[in-house]
Amino acid sequence: MKITAAHGSGGRDSALLVEGIFGRHFANPVLDRLEDAAVLDNSAGRLALSTDSFVVSPLVFKGGDIGRLSVCGTANDLLMAGAEPRYLACGFILEEGLDTGLLDSIAASMAREAKAAGLVIVAGDTKVAGDGGGLYINTTGLGFVPEGRLLAAASCEPGDAILLSGRLGDHHACVLSARMGIENGIESDCACLGDVTAALFGAGVRVRAMRDVTRGGLGTILNELAAGAGRRMEISEDLIPVGEPVRAFCGIMGLDPLYMGNEGKMVAIVAGDDADRALAAARGTEHGAEAAIIGRVAEGGGDGGRARVTMRTRIGGTRRVDVLYGEGLPRIC
Amino acid sequence: MSLAAAAEYLSHYGGPPLRIMEVCGTHTAAIFRSGIRSLLAPGIRLVSGPGCPVCVTPSSYIDRCVEYAATPGFRLMSFGDMMKTPGSGGRAIGGARGGGRVEMMYSPMEAVERAALDPSVTYVIAAVGFETTIPAYALAIEEAAARGLGNLRLLTALKSVTPALEWLLENERGIDGFICPGHVSVITGPEAYERLATGYGKPFAVAGFEGEHILAAIYAIARLAGGGAGGAGSGRVLNLYPSAVRAGGNARALALIAKYFEPGPAVWRGLGRIEGSGYYLRKEYARFDGGGRGLDGDEALAAGCACAGVTAGRTDPGDCPMFGSPCRPESPLGPCMASAEGACGVWFQNM
Repeated sequence: MKITAAHGSGGRDSALLVEGIFGRHFANPVLDRLEDAAVLDNSAGRLALSTDSFVVSPLVFKGGDIGRLSVCGTANDLLMAGAEPRYLACGFILEEGLDTGLLDSIAASMAREAKAAGLVIVAGDTKVAGDGGGLYINTTGLGFVPEGRLLAAASCEPGDAILLSGRLGDHHACVLSARMGIENGIESDCACLGDVTAALFGAGVRVRAMRDVTRGGLGTILNELAAGAGRRMEISEDLIPVGEPVRAFCGIMGLDPLYMGNEGKMVAIVAGDDADRALAAARGTEHGAEAAIIGRVAEGGGDGGRARVTMRTRIGGTRRVDVLYGEGLPRIC
Repeated sequence: MSLAAAAEYLSHYGGPPLRIMEVCGTHTAAIFRSGIRSLLAPGIRLVSGPGCPVCVTPSSYIDRCVEYAATPGFRLMSFGDMMKTPGSGGRAIGGARGGGRVEMMYSPMEAVERAALDPSVTYVIAAVGFETTIPAYALAIEEAAARGLGNLRLLTALKSVTPALEWLLENERGIDGFICPGHVSVITGPEAYERLATGYGKPFAVAGFEGEHILAAIYAIARLAGGGAGGAGSGRVLNLYPSAVRAGGNARALALIAKYFEPGPAVWRGLGRIEGSGYYLRKEYARFDGGGRGLDGDEALAAGCACAGVTAGRTDPGDCPMFGSPCRPESPLGPCMASAEGACGVWFQNM
């Protein structure tokens, strides 16, 4: 069956779609009440709230789909604030012509990922617009930050270690390959990072700040952290994990793994003395198994100068790592 | 020679001052990416050359692209890095994107597929590039011809690297050696530089795109050009990328180019008109020709813009009065800043 304008009418077709797909996959006591708003129990502690909209082509890619992405993306944003993700609301913009079987499998993948991330989907909305057969998802997540946990880039100090949870570039290279019709084995890294953050906090690591390494890539994210910290950061190219297929893909396309988007990677700035413990903790998890300490927070950099992040290259040179400009487009030749 | 020993030699180089040109924009980017400049003694200067196809495409071509995009019934298919390049009056192809008649493509074959699906629209490929990319355009035409498509055109701005290097050797003094583009050389073979190397007595090193490859090329050039040999003795082509670049090049790709394209004069932004440096569709394939011949007009660059000097290796991007302010990657005044592999774009990201 294909999505039609009637599925967005608010009438019977809408109800059938919502009950038949979302109600079935997302069932839980709060959502099942089908009220205008979810009324939630409030644990003690501070709340973390984050929203993100997901636009990706193709909708299904090796290692994930837009549904899984929309749950992981928002869960990771909550996790990076030190929160434990709890509730999720999702808005679907469907285009006419979208296959309902595909929508069903995407909803199923959302339900699976939400359950694994400890998220309950408590509110949702569906609209139909346009006729391209596409699908866009917005998710808003709510989580609780445990007492005493305060993360802020400003708390970074010289000597702190920079931990990266794994290989760079897999998601970006996977999606670009699919769009370009290039056959390779590269899979998206799309994943929820709750196991890594739980391991870090569980091991008593003093975590200063965390960021998930999504659009803009490591280079951009480190610049944001460095700016927030008012510090310089120094990383080493040979310590940064990049898979061989992604490295080769980047070489051909003229792309730099430092600016490739990821959907299941994070950076944690941890106290220098805790670096070994943090690395062991992260490596003991599924999504941090290839974690590495890639550099250190350095003195200086509070002057607003541009060279906030520098990298020692594999051949022993040094280069400045700037933010990504533009879209990171594949080149002509 | 180990990498460490080459780096050691280059960081302590005390011979005559050398200016070495990296012809290819991808090399410029790789040089910064691998921090090579930080490893060279002050006596060795790297200058960027005309090897970014986006940067050397004249403004009249960009204008033609914009016109196609604005014409009902046509759709322009462009590689991403062409999108921001300013034509006359600063108008760029990407500016027409909102109008829905420009699309970014990753491969010319996409345009063929689109044209097959929608015969009511004429798909115009903004066919820009060097020998590396030309075979891909040839394959697109071959496929379109096989399928009998009547709604696919190439708007060509295709160029050959070697004539531009000869132009530089004739018109720009003081380049002591060339790092030759690996991708182009895969197609042409290292022999393409032989005549220039012996005729002008300069070393040409064909290099890959890893930091190690480029460092090795600089080392080889410095040994030949700076090691006292000089003159005819240093006029050699060194293939330092033998894993990809074979003698004779890629025969199949060369045959494809020759089948569909013929050489002719072309205008290089910043350099001017160079005989025999362009490729144009042969008459037999005129039905696929969306233009390209005679697009010679090149509007003067924005006042103060030093792209012409940058393309010729005369001026470092950092010495341009517009560099960084107001000319930035988000709001480029000249083509060298617009492309991510233009010399100015690379410098801006890395200085």
